[in-house]
Amino acid sequence: MTATIPERPAAASVAPAPPPERRPTRRTPLTWYRGGGLANLLFVLPMVFVFFFFSWSPIVQSVIMSLQKTNLIVSEWVGFDNYVAVLTDPQLGRAVINTLFFALLALLFGFPLPLFMAVLMSEVRRAKGLYSALAYLPVVIPPVVAVLLWRFFYDSSPNGVFNTALSWFGIPPQPWISSAVQAMPSLVLEATWAAAGGSIIIYLAALLSVPPELYDAAEVDGAGIWRKVWHVTLPQLRGILFIMLILQIIATAQVFLEPFLFTGGGPAGATKTILLYIYDKAFRNSLGGDYGEATAVSVLLAIVLAILSWLYFKLTNRWSAS
Amino acid sequence: MSERTIVSASERRRPGTRAGLAVTHVFLFATLVIAGLGPILWLAKAAVTPTQDTLQQPFALWPNGIDWENLSTAWNDIHIDQYFFNTIVIAAGAWLTQLFIATTAGYALSVLRPKYAPILNGLVLATLFIPGIVLLVPLYLTIVNPPLLGDVSLLNSYLAVWLPMGANAFNILLVKRFFDSLPREVFEAAKTDGAGPFRLFWSIVLPMSKPILGVVSVFAIIAAWKDYLWPMLVLPDPAVQPLSVRLPAVQSQTELDVFLAALAIATLIPIAMFLLFQNVFLRSAGLGGAVKG
Repeated sequence: MTATIPERPAAASVAPAPPPERRPTRRTPLTWYRGGGLANLLFVLPMVFVFFFFSWSPIVQSVIMSLQKTNLIVSEWVGFDNYVAVLTDPQLGRAVINTLFFALLALLFGFPLPLFMAVLMSEVRRAKGLYSALAYLPVVIPPVVAVLLWRFFYDSSPNGVFNTALSWFGIPPQPWISSAVQAMPSLVLEATWAAAGGSIIIYLAALLSVPPELYDAAEVDGAGIWRKVWHVTLPQLRGILFIMLILQIIATAQVFLEPFLFTGGGPAGATKTILLYIYDKAFRNSLGGDYGEATAVSVLLAIVLAILSWLYFKLTNRWSAS
Repeated sequence: MSERTIVSASERRRPGTRAGLAVTHVFLFATLVIAGLGPILWLAKAAVTPTQDTLQQPFALWPNGIDWENLSTAWNDIHIDQYFFNTIVIAAGAWLTQLFIATTAGYALSVLRPKYAPILNGLVLATLFIPGIVLLVPLYLTIVNPPLLGDVSLLNSYLAVWLPMGANAFNILLVKRFFDSLPREVFEAAKTDGAGPFRLFWSIVLPMSKPILGVVSVFAIIAAWKDYLWPMLVLPDPAVQPLSVRLPAVQSQTELDVFLAALAIATLIPIAMFLLFQNVFLRSAGLGGAVKG
C-alpha cells in the first residue's frame, strides 16, 4: 500500500545518474521492506483487523441499518421511517424520561457524595489506606452479584434486610423496587453505592494536586476551614468535577444492568430506560427483532453521547495541557 | 516539609477542630465499614446460613445452624465450578487480546510511525466518541455472521467476547502516550546495536512499560469479569456462559441459601485480587478519571 510508485529500473539506468543523496527517496518494494515497511504493517495489522470488524464496520452498518427495514435476508431502504416510528413512539418518550430521571437522581445523590467523602478522607491523618480500600471494595464486587444481592436486600416483607434495619429506627417497611414510585430511587441508591468508590479515589488524587500555597495564602487572608473549602478547594477541582459530571452523564444515559436485573423495566414500565428499550426492540423477540428501529434509537443516542464525549475530550486536553 | 491539606497544622491544634476531626474519623470509619465491608460480611455469613434463618432474622449474628453444605452444593450441583472456569477463560483471553492489540498498536503508532500512522490514529481516536453500547445491534449481527468470512458464526465462541474487547481505543491511547514518553535515545542506541523492530519491541519497549501494562491488565480483567449484556447475547449456550450470565439465570431454580453461597463464591476471586494488588487497582482507578485525556 505504500509501494505505489512503480519501479523503473531501465529508465533510471538510461537517465543521467541522480545525485547520490536523493537515491533513498526512490521507493521500490525492496526499499519499502528495508525501511521497515513490512514490520510496520505486521504491527499495525492486529489493530486494523479488530477495529475494522468490531468497530469501524459496525459503526457504518449502524447508520445503514437505521435507514433500512431488514429481516436479515432481504433489506429494503425506508429512508427515515425508522426514525419517525421511534420518535413518535410514546414508549421511547417514556424511556427517555425514565433515563433522565435516573440521571437526575444519580446527579443529586451520587455526584456530591464521593466528593464529600474524599474531602473528609483527605483530612484524616491515620488509616488513609484502610479507608481508601474500604471505599473501593463495592467497586470490586462484580456488578451482577451486587445487583442480585441488593435485590434480596430490597425484599419488601417486614423481614427484608433493609426493612429490618429500618425497623430499628421505627420506620415502617418500604416496598422498595416493587413500587413504581420507589423503584427508580432504589436503583440509583444501589448504583451510587457501587460506583462511589471509584470517584472517591479520583477525587483523593485530585485533592493532592491542589497547591498548598493557595491554602497558606487563604489563611493569611484570615480564611477558616469552610471558606478554604469553598474558595480554594472547590475552584481548584473545577476541571475534574466537570469531567466527572460529563462521564457520569454518559454512563447514566447507558444504564442497563440495574433496571434489567432489578425490575426488568417494571413495575408498570417505571424503570424502562433507553437501553432497555433498544434491547427489547432488538432482542426480546427470539424470532428476530426490529433491528432498524433499534439502531435508529442507537444512532440518536450515539449522537447525543458523542457530543458529550467530544466536550469531555476537549476539556481533558485543555486540562492536562495546563 | 510535609504535604498539607485544607486544615492547617495550627488549626489542628485547636480543640474545636480536633473534636471535629475526631468526629470525622468516627463518621468515616462507621460509614465505610457499613457500606464497604457490611454487604460482603453479610453475604459471607448468609452463604453458610440455612435459608429460613436468613429469611426470618437477616441480621442474626449467630444462626441456628451453620450450613457448610451450601458452598459445596453451589459448587457442584449448580455447576458454579464450570461457570467459574468459563469466567476465568473469558477474562484471560480478553486480557491477552487487549494487551496484544494495545501494545502492538501503541508501538506502531508511537515508535515505528509509518506514514499512514496519523490516519490510523485519527480513526482509532474517533471511536472514543462512539459509545460501545450503541453498536450493540450491528456488532451482534457481525458476530452472528461476520462479513467477508463466508458462512461462519462466532456465536458461542469466546472469540466473540475477546475480539470486540480488543478494539479498545482507550487502551491504545494509554499505551501510546506511555510509549511517547519513553526516551528515544534508548531506541536509537538499540537500533545502532543492530536491534530490529521486533527485538526493540520485545526486549526494550515492553520491559520499560511494566507500569502501563499493569494498568491495562487491571482494566481488561475487570471489564471482562464484569461484563454481562454482551456475553449474554453472544454466548447463548449455558455450557460456555460465565458466572455473571449464569447467576441471574439459575436464581429461580435455586434454593436461597445455595444461591447466596454461589454469589459469595463469585465475589471471592475479585476481592482476593483486589487485596493482593490493591496498589495497582487504586492507581488504575485514579488514572481512569484523572489522566484519561
